[in-house]
Amino acid sequence: MTAFPSPLVGYLLVAAALFAIGLAGALVRRNAIMVLIGIELMLNSANLNLIAFWRFGLHPQALTGMMFAIFSIAVAAAEAAVGLGLVISIYRHTGTTELDKVNRLKG
Amino acid sequence: MMIQETLLTPSPSPSDLLRYLASHPAPSAIARNLWLIPAVPIVASGLIALLKQPRRKPASALAIGSLSFSLLFSLMAFVHVVAGWVRGSVVREVVNLTWFQFGSARVDLGWVLDPLAAIMLVMVSFVGLLIFIYSVGYMADDENYTRFFCFMSLFAGAMLGVVISNSMLLLFMCWEIVGLTSYLLIGFWYQKPAAAAAARKAFITTRVGDIFFLLGIVWLFSQTGTLLLYNHGAGSLEGLALANLLGAHGGLGLTAAGAIGLLIFAGAVGKSGQLPLHVWLPDAMEGPTPVSALIHAATMVAAGVFLIARVYPLMQIGTAPGGTTASLTVVAWVGTATAVFAALIAIAQNDIKRILAYSTVSQLGYMMAGLGLGGVAVGIFHLITHAFFKALLFLGAGSVIHGCHDEQDIRKMGGLRADMPLTFAAYAVGMLALCGFPIFFSGFWSKDGILEAAQHSTAIKGPFYLLVFGALLTASYMTRQVCYVFFGYWRGHGSAHESPRVMTLPLAILAFLALVLGFVGTPAWPWFQAFLENRAARFDLHAFVQPGLGMLMLSSSLIVFLGLGLGWRLYGNQSPQPEAPDALEQSAPWLWTPLRDRLYVDEFYRATFIALYLWLARVADWFDRRIWGGIVAGVAWLFGLWAQLNRLLDVYWVDGSFDKTCEELSNSGGLLARVQDGRVQDYLRILAVAVIALAGILIWSSRP
Repeated sequence: MTAFPSPLVGYLLVAAALFAIGLAGALVRRNAIMVLIGIELMLNSANLNLIAFWRFGLHPQALTGMMFAIFSIAVAAAEAAVGLGLVISIYRHTGTTELDKVNRLKG
Repeated sequence: MMIQETLLTPSPSPSDLLRYLASHPAPSAIARNLWLIPAVPIVASGLIALLKQPRRKPASALAIGSLSFSLLFSLMAFVHVVAGWVRGSVVREVVNLTWFQFGSARVDLGWVLDPLAAIMLVMVSFVGLLIFIYSVGYMADDENYTRFFCFMSLFAGAMLGVVISNSMLLLFMCWEIVGLTSYLLIGFWYQKPAAAAAARKAFITTRVGDIFFLLGIVWLFSQTGTLLLYNHGAGSLEGLALANLLGAHGGLGLTAAGAIGLLIFAGAVGKSGQLPLHVWLPDAMEGPTPVSALIHAATMVAAGVFLIARVYPLMQIGTAPGGTTASLTVVAWVGTATAVFAALIAIAQNDIKRILAYSTVSQLGYMMAGLGLGGVAVGIFHLITHAFFKALLFLGAGSVIHGCHDEQDIRKMGGLRADMPLTFAAYAVGMLALCGFPIFFSGFWSKDGILEAAQHSTAIKGPFYLLVFGALLTASYMTRQVCYVFFGYWRGHGSAHESPRVMTLPLAILAFLALVLGFVGTPAWPWFQAFLENRAARFDLHAFVQPGLGMLMLSSSLIVFLGLGLGWRLYGNQSPQPEAPDALEQSAPWLWTPLRDRLYVDEFYRATFIALYLWLARVADWFDRRIWGGIVAGVAWLFGLWAQLNRLLDVYWVDGSFDKTCEELSNSGGLLARVQDGRVQDYLRILAVAVIALAGILIWSSRP
């Protein structure tokens, strides 16, 4: 493997921490909106990874990493809109946003 | 950032660096640390957000402490700029840094310290601080006290950020934070449906303007290649870029400079409540009164006016001598129309805060007209004096509402002169300043500056007479309000009481400033205007006896007296019952009804834009239910049919010999079914464990 310059490690650590926080939030929180926020955090940590690998990688002149990140931010925005729309319609149907109470999928 | 520059751009040679440093003296310590002014309140807001709900004292102490720091630092920056101006040296210091870079384009952020920024910094932090102190009293019984100070602090910090921004992008970011916090604060009592609706309305209406503003920024960036406003000759508001903008075409017979100026103005129209987009501002009164004071006096609505002042070189470029530009003509006319339109509506409102809200819209129109007709100094002078007396009026109204047990209808007040003497005195000062009472009140000087500019404008006639008419209206609707609230006899329930010291003290300070602030910008000693325009100020009493000016001052005083007299004649000491029709309603019902219904602008929007949206939503809903839902249902039906077929086959052909096996299978399946407990988060948990296990295997197997 190529020896990356040291700043990369810092960015990766931050991204990993962000991902872990997001995952913990998505797993532990009972409120659907909080879970969505956790998912957003995980997405952003992935973006941070994309940018960091691009920035300190082999070809920083090509804008690949940034394009990736901008693309995924756009997708994340659309996803947040859809997610919140779903939360609203779940709330209208069940009167709650507590995920524990929304278990109609139960087999 | 350093790494990025060394990686992506050839590093400058030492001699380049020396030449650069020689031509651009390093910014002073104050300018270098200017970012602290917005940063400290924003950080404080973050800290308050972490506090627990019952920790009231630390929350307000943090907010007030951080804003006091900002005020002190702003004062230092102000003194620094004034000192530089008096010495005749540098009056604009910029600090820029590159945020990121893609290809050859750079995204730069930066801040600027110049007279405009310095004046605005002091005004915003000072008025903001007084409003914070007042809020300690006003919000004392509210259960969401800490949340309130968290939002307020963020709001003030973002506004200070707008003021110092030297980059269109940074300005836009802070501008949007201001928009967000105003949404949060207007909807602070979100349990009230009206408040939630008002917050949404404010957010969406300003967003309409912001889209155009963003388009303007993008266009400016693509045309000039820089986001910075000032950058030692290379910024987008400086010579080279402006000449380039003037040469390029912007469509519809405009230059690119004119078209971009108009787009940016659209952003200001949204934020500053100018004519087509003013509808959110009166509704924003649903928020707590200190919020109204902060939004309508010192910060949010001032942001739009400030923005036009900030990009004034862009608006102004291409002016022939004695002429004007397309964008400034639009600014002047929109401002004038707003000034008169809102003043008309204000006559027929009964909510104490709504009257003030329409008066704010109207005064913002005056500021815009001042910018369009006279220049930065004229508009900003009115902005500053208005900030003080309008904050005073709103806080006074808050004190009245507080004293009248949350009553906001002026018909159910009356006679408060005796019950609330301190509030009355302060309110009277604010009211006279707003009316432009001659000589002693700040509003007179700043409004006269606008009228004088309108009179002298050779390129745009017309606004002058409308603005004079607006001044007449202003004096009469304020007289009506004061007569209803403070004169006559008490018509409400219970008894009114004076507000606590923590609320009246800010009123007294603001009243004092509403009195004296006008004297820094009189025609005889135009210190304020000279400071903003960077020329020397002289004291010269002869300015008053210039032929045109003396007449103008005399006639505008007469107009004010006429308005006051008209208001007093109709409403003075009459104390009508709350149910009785208004004096104007009796004499001119054809005029009263449309004014009371706010000239049907809301109804117009409801019938056009909102109706269109609802129709689109219904169409989408129909598509969802009938077309997409229909396809899904059809496919499901087909599968159901297929399943029925299979069942028949199963029952009659693949007979019960399998049943035993199936039973066994279903038992073991039941065990597995427990995993499928229907909780999404449990599925996610399994997924996470699997990913971790996979990652472990991957790492383990890739070991050398």
